Amino acid sequence: MSGLSDTARVAGAPAEAGAAELELRDVDKIYKRRRGADTEALRGISLSVRAGEFVSLVGRSGCGKTTLLRILAGLITPTSGDVLIGGSDLWQNGGRDPEALQRFGMVFQEANLFPWFTIEDNIALPLKLRGVDKRRRRARAAELCELVGLSGFEKAYPRELSGGMRQRAAIARALSYDPSILLMDEPFGALDALTRDRMNLELQRISVVTGATVVFVTHSITEAVFLSDRVVLLSPRPGRIRSITPVEFPRPRSLDVETEPGFGEIVRTLRRQLDEEGD
Amino acid sequence: MEREAKLAGRRGPAGEARGERGTSDRAPEEQGRVSTGPRARRSEAETIERGSWLPWVSTPIVLLLVLAGWTMAVSVFGVSKFILPTPADVGEAVLRMLADPATWGHVLITLTEVALGFLAALAFGLVAGVVLGRAEWLERVVPKVAFIPLFVIWFGFGVTSKIIMAATLAFFPIMLNVMLGVRSVERGHRDVMLGLGARRWPTFRDLELPSTLPYVFAGMEVAVVFSVIGAVVGEFLGGSEGLGYLVVVSLNALDAPQLFAVIFLLAALGCLLYLVVNGAKRFVIPWHESVLAVDRP
Repeated sequence: MSGLSDTARVAGAPAEAGAAELELRDVDKIYKRRRGADTEALRGISLSVRAGEFVSLVGRSGCGKTTLLRILAGLITPTSGDVLIGGSDLWQNGGRDPEALQRFGMVFQEANLFPWFTIEDNIALPLKLRGVDKRRRRARAAELCELVGLSGFEKAYPRELSGGMRQRAAIARALSYDPSILLMDEPFGALDALTRDRMNLELQRISVVTGATVVFVTHSITEAVFLSDRVVLLSPRPGRIRSITPVEFPRPRSLDVETEPGFGEIVRTLRRQLDEEGD
Repeated sequence: MEREAKLAGRRGPAGEARGERGTSDRAPEEQGRVSTGPRARRSEAETIERGSWLPWVSTPIVLLLVLAGWTMAVSVFGVSKFILPTPADVGEAVLRMLADPATWGHVLITLTEVALGFLAALAFGLVAGVVLGRAEWLERVVPKVAFIPLFVIWFGFGVTSKIIMAATLAFFPIMLNVMLGVRSVERGHRDVMLGLGARRWPTFRDLELPSTLPYVFAGMEVAVVFSVIGAVVGEFLGGSEGLGYLVVVSLNALDAPQLFAVIFLLAALGCLLYLVVNGAKRFVIPWHESVLAVDRP
């Protein structure tokens, strides 16, 4: 809890006092290199996300989006600054707070399903690690297959599924233990445009149904604006928060929202900001 | 010594080729496919039906051609029967040997040597592969067959020296594959376990062990053939029993048909053992691409 007294440092972040589910305070990340200059991946990132909010991180490749998400997930340690989950430090006594970890569901760029497990066993893996017995795991997996539209594929192996189906299974796995926070790192990056639209609708529905807080990394500005309550634009080298844009359309949204003038305006503004970054 | 080298050369590459095919990876063509499940499955089934009969026709044809060419070489071109007996002579010799209980005694001896050597190699190879760092140079630099005379001196002309030889040859492919397997756990899979806060034992049980098993089996498929080579070469050099010993006896008697028959038995033994390992693989890792790749020619 060492960082709590430093609230003065939280500048510029629209922090709703008390209600933050996720909070980054002045986070820096420097990758040490053995040879050559160190890489400053993130500088002074402060961000707070309310419970139930859908926040997207967008920016050019190499702007630190993934690094930021991995710091949130506790997969890497920040060089300095604090990561708070539900108001308490993620890193405690040199390790990650197991209670905080329980609240996370993580979805990666790749589905990362284990090929030796059936879809059912993959989805229920987090439950297995938590010591839930086999019958309850099976029941929960069936429930989740239903939720993500994979009913009937419980006994299939991952290689028997298409890319989109695997990614849905990965989402189901992340949802298996009812996490209050979903962290998603370009989960649909490898999918074709049509499948991607379908998955976005699916994800929106799931996020509304489960009421989970979502932090979503993507390359696509349209996707980010479509899904999010707020879009965070990062600028590269070192990664900093360039802007935070609220998207006021009520969620859940249909794909038609993309044709509305307000929507296009937000997309254009963000695109312009991205272009101004140069390169 | 010339004979050993020839035999080792004959069987070595075959074993490796099998090993390679066993590990061949069909994943990439799967990755790109985006389609709905049932339809994708049906088209897969069609491919299997269309492609699978071909080997059943082509293999017998090739075999017949080889046998015909062989017979012609002897009968038409007049190659000496002492050098190349006819397939009929060899077939007769095989049947004669199979009917002789003494042959089975020799087979049993060789089989025992191979099995014990292989199991020892498996145990040591697994441990060494997990524990050791990189020592690939050891595999390439050491002329393993040259160790046999040394083993004969150390462990005598009995079964022990052959077991140790079989184990020595089988050890390296297993160890190297295990090392490779341990290092090849996918980073993304590790991230999943890390993100879930998995502890040491579950990480081993649900991730590291199943990731490594395909490599272990790839190593075993090569190693089991190598251990046959080890045992037989050991028997060439010294001893009074086993199929390798029968080779020497046949040679001394200038009994070419029997020599060919013993070679045939050795090949059959190697094949059988390979199939046992391959069957175990299909049972233990039915999910793996290599198992699937064999199902889809």
